[in-house]
Amino acid sequence: MIDRLNPRSRRDRYGSRINRDHSPLLAYSIPWLTILFGSLLPLIPIASAIPLVPPTGLLFLVAWRLVRPGLLPMWAGFPLGLFDDLFSGQPFGSAIFLWSVVMLAIEGVETRFPWRSFYQDWLVATLLVGAYLVFAAIFSGADIELSVAIVLIPQYVLSILVFPLVARIVARLDRFRLWRVRSVR
Amino acid sequence: MAPPSSRRSGHSRRAQFSQFTGYVVAGIGALVGAVLLGLSLWQPTLFGGLRGAASDVTVPVAQANGAARAESLGFIESVQGYLRAGRQNAALKEEMELARIRLAEAAAVKQENRRLKGLLRLQEDEVRPVAVARLVASTAASTRRFAYLAAGSNDGVRVGMPVRSPRGVVGRVLEVARNSSRVLLLTDSESVLPVRRAQDETVAFAEGRGDGRLRIRLINLGINPLKVGDVFVTSGAGGYYRPGIAVAVLSQKTEDGGIARIISDPAASDFVSVEPIWQPAAAIGANTAPDEAFGEDGSAQVEPAESTAEPAGSAEVQTE
Repeated sequence: MIDRLNPRSRRDRYGSRINRDHSPLLAYSIPWLTILFGSLLPLIPIASAIPLVPPTGLLFLVAWRLVRPGLLPMWAGFPLGLFDDLFSGQPFGSAIFLWSVVMLAIEGVETRFPWRSFYQDWLVATLLVGAYLVFAAIFSGADIELSVAIVLIPQYVLSILVFPLVARIVARLDRFRLWRVRSVR
Repeated sequence: MAPPSSRRSGHSRRAQFSQFTGYVVAGIGALVGAVLLGLSLWQPTLFGGLRGAASDVTVPVAQANGAARAESLGFIESVQGYLRAGRQNAALKEEMELARIRLAEAAAVKQENRRLKGLLRLQEDEVRPVAVARLVASTAASTRRFAYLAAGSNDGVRVGMPVRSPRGVVGRVLEVARNSSRVLLLTDSESVLPVRRAQDETVAFAEGRGDGRLRIRLINLGINPLKVGDVFVTSGAGGYYRPGIAVAVLSQKTEDGGIARIISDPAASDFVSVEPIWQPAAAIGANTAPDEAFGEDGSAQVEPAESTAEPAGSAEVQTE
């Protein structure tokens, strides 16, 4: 009796390789859908006092962009930002502009620092989200006073702390995205 | 370690061009966004229709979520209640005794009031709410403080109507879609509300500070008469809110007024009611520039929600 040496030899981390392949629909729709979902997430809590919920749509965009460069096209900030603007309470155009700039900025950072590590990603996200929160507050049309500026700090800290979690979720979704579900004949 | 340079376009003209096109399109996207942003800062209501349609779509989902939120809040409160039951019971009994006495006194006052009003032939007009609905969502990530209400123009909600909970003022309707509307909360930094101290006629403005509290700015400057714990109610100036609705409690004194906590926290209120504008003619008058003529039917030439320039001492500032 000859056993197969390794029962998983015909599988990779995305499932069986025999007769199965990635589904393009799944592979390309998951990033967009998670970012759109992230834009809707801050609506759920009724926060009357201060803006406390991290800009989850942007966090998902940054996480996907850093984990899979080239998966989202360069212009992805425009349609995704447009959707975010419909719900975020910011003046229309604020996220379109800022998210497009974020995409360009990440491209610049990647050209300058081509190394890859999670801590580098976290640092990039920290800087970008900080700049985003400040400019979003400026563009929001609110009177910028000291009280408004101070209130941004807890939201910023929370955003930084939440980014590793978002990155883990994106990593999981990335594996799910490439799951071999399509049968090849 | 540097990553493999698979993303570098190399000598392929096609790859180079497509990468370049990507940059150009992204740049154009940012430019268009900047133009749209400028437009909507200049004309805040410009894209209201788009936003309204979008919120109409999400409201059914948000409504279920709102119900779940209210239930979970109730659950937390009942657990807290069990933990403090004994002490609270004693305190409540004592309070109840006092309240019974006050209630009897109030009934007497009410009786007298009715008699006096009858003598003066004043009509007792009860305000019927236009709609009662849940606050279903809020802009929790943005610096602006808006909430979404699960009632819209189909329910008779119009721009400018005050929104209140059983405890007090919540805010004012800013944009109306078919089945949803956007509410400017009191805590937003663009919200201004004319108020007066509950026990006397000290009038002031309650402005949102953007951090969940209100700045009380006295109109008559001089010696600051406020004390911590003073309750402020709507004064009725400007014509939007009917007078006497609770707004805020003073928590800190400053030179020209104070800092106050709002009484009706939208996060804690389940259902809110939308009331009609108290004095529509006054509200329109407050929004009309002094040199502009009133129409025949008392309506001004400008739509009340559109104008941003208001004379001092008028109703809430409408800018977004």
